[in-house]
Amino acid sequence: MLKDQDRIFKNLYNDLGSDIASSQKRGDWVNTKDLTDKGRDWIINEIKGSQLRGRGGAGFPTGLKWSFAPKEVGSRPHYLVINGDESEPGTCKDRDILRFEPHKLIEGCLITSYAIQAHVCYIYIRGEYFVDGQKLQAAINEAYEKKLIGKNAAGTGWDLDIYIHYGAGAYICGEETALLESIEGKKGQPRLKPPFPALIGLYGCPTIINNVETIAVVPTILRRGGKWFASLGREKNTGTKIFCISGNVNNPCNVEEEMNIPLKELIEVHAGGVIGGWENLQAVIPGGSSMPLIPKEKCETLKMDFDSLVAEKSGLGTAGVVVINKDQDIIKCMARIARFYKHESCGQCTPCREGSGWMWRMLERMARGEASKDEVEMLEDVTKQIEGHTICAFGEGSSWPVQGLLRHFKDEIKKRNKFDPIVKENKNIPYLVDQHLLDKNA
Amino acid sequence: MSLKRPAKNQPENFEFNSSSLEEANNIIAKYPKGKQQSAVMALLYIAQRQNDNWIPLAAMKYIAKFLDMPYIKVYEVATFYSMYNLSPVGKYFIQVCTTTPCMIRGANKLVEACKEKISPNETELSNNKSCSWIEVECLGACVNAPMMQINDDYYEDLDKEKALKILDKVLKGETPKPGSYRGRVNNEPENNRKTLLDVKNA
Repeated sequence: MLKDQDRIFKNLYNDLGSDIASSQKRGDWVNTKDLTDKGRDWIINEIKGSQLRGRGGAGFPTGLKWSFAPKEVGSRPHYLVINGDESEPGTCKDRDILRFEPHKLIEGCLITSYAIQAHVCYIYIRGEYFVDGQKLQAAINEAYEKKLIGKNAAGTGWDLDIYIHYGAGAYICGEETALLESIEGKKGQPRLKPPFPALIGLYGCPTIINNVETIAVVPTILRRGGKWFASLGREKNTGTKIFCISGNVNNPCNVEEEMNIPLKELIEVHAGGVIGGWENLQAVIPGGSSMPLIPKEKCETLKMDFDSLVAEKSGLGTAGVVVINKDQDIIKCMARIARFYKHESCGQCTPCREGSGWMWRMLERMARGEASKDEVEMLEDVTKQIEGHTICAFGEGSSWPVQGLLRHFKDEIKKRNKFDPIVKENKNIPYLVDQHLLDKNA
Repeated sequence: MSLKRPAKNQPENFEFNSSSLEEANNIIAKYPKGKQQSAVMALLYIAQRQNDNWIPLAAMKYIAKFLDMPYIKVYEVATFYSMYNLSPVGKYFIQVCTTTPCMIRGANKLVEACKEKISPNETELSNNKSCSWIEVECLGACVNAPMMQINDDYYEDLDKEKALKILDKVLKGETPKPGSYRGRVNNEPENNRKTLLDVKNA
């Protein structure tokens, strides 16, 4: 288990209070000026050296992303945008940072803005987190009062303004370009890339977009050194991460742990074990709903980091671990996730808009045992038609969980849905093509 | 995609009152000059709050003029995002999360409770017209499942019995205390905390 002194979010459970005085006791804002005095290149190199990867799901190296921002500010200003549109089912880590560790985020915003030369930072928070957003706003006001942000922020000589922008219940706005569209006051429909936001982003200006957790760990990394961060976890999967363990466990919780922690330890030690015992485990969704599920056999030895999970054809995503035990109907669970994606598709690309509904309806039928046996292959085909044929990664996000189900639970689906599509027995299923052949009087 | 329809009975006029107006101007100041369209989402919220939790078409027209943008663009935004209510939902708007992490911890029981107490169908006003309920997608409190949101507040770690009690209060016009309903502290593992113990006992 990670030692307490290596935990970055010491106030994860709000034992100490989130106000500025108690944050300072935990080390926030202590020597911000010393950090920025070391210069932009030092900051970016230190973050590169820490091998910090974005905590929002894709796991893109943060230092590399920052280095894409133009070195000189041209006629267009630079922007920093923080992505707090946390809507991935199974994930609730950013909410705790917003309400309990707001000063880590605000200080991170200042340092990052300095590194990428932005004077304005927008924090995009999902509309449902209004109360938590208000807590962050209170912290921002506090920071303005103490002159930690604003003109000559924290004595660094850098001017920074931070504004909160609330979303309004659209999952797709977590996609970075959709988020920019949303800040610009439009429908949140993703843009084509390239051009990448680092060059043409918010209002057509260079913009760096990072997740809340990514930015909140930056000050601590710089204070303790990139080497310290890189010493945790393993090569290219370094540092600590907040894991959210939900579903059929005895004590669902958020916990900050080292990368590369065994999944079994996470569930057994921190979450109090699977309801009904480890033997009752059916499957685990390791990284939020868009990551393919992993069956019990593989959970025994699975390590939780980006690369180990990719090797299992899944992904760490946002590290929202959803535990599903044998009391649940796995097909029903996935059908509900498919319904989520059907609801949240932005409607821009046809394969996703239509396909997400197809997948949902087919899975609902499969859960009830009303699908014919060759529909199982058809469903797989539909997922392949969506994946890679859309503007943003939503297509992958919606089809991967279904592919995961088909990969590991195909037998279960086939057992439940085995009738022949051609009417041989009188089965009254309205959507069958040759329904009219049924002998109504039989 | 979800389908949203504006209400049939629409008021003729809408105008910001003085406090809304002040709030709106403060929000526009957050964005660069000439980019006032960015404020449209926040202004729709202000209109929604001023107008008993829903946005009439007149408000969209008013906001379009206010921000100097085409009405259709405001309409697009209001219909795209799910948190803008385009028809009356009552003083208390109850949203029950039923996405998988909540579902497997019994969110359907909360839906039952809503059906019993408020109305048999979603988005239908209760008999006293004070509240309505809806099933929504993930609200981002998965480790506190099952949960529901009433207006801005989260009610966590529920079961059917607790949900019924909360709904009783709401129907009487009281605002119940938000947070966990199992006496749990935020997101910590209940009775099983293994980390940051010295901080807890400090």
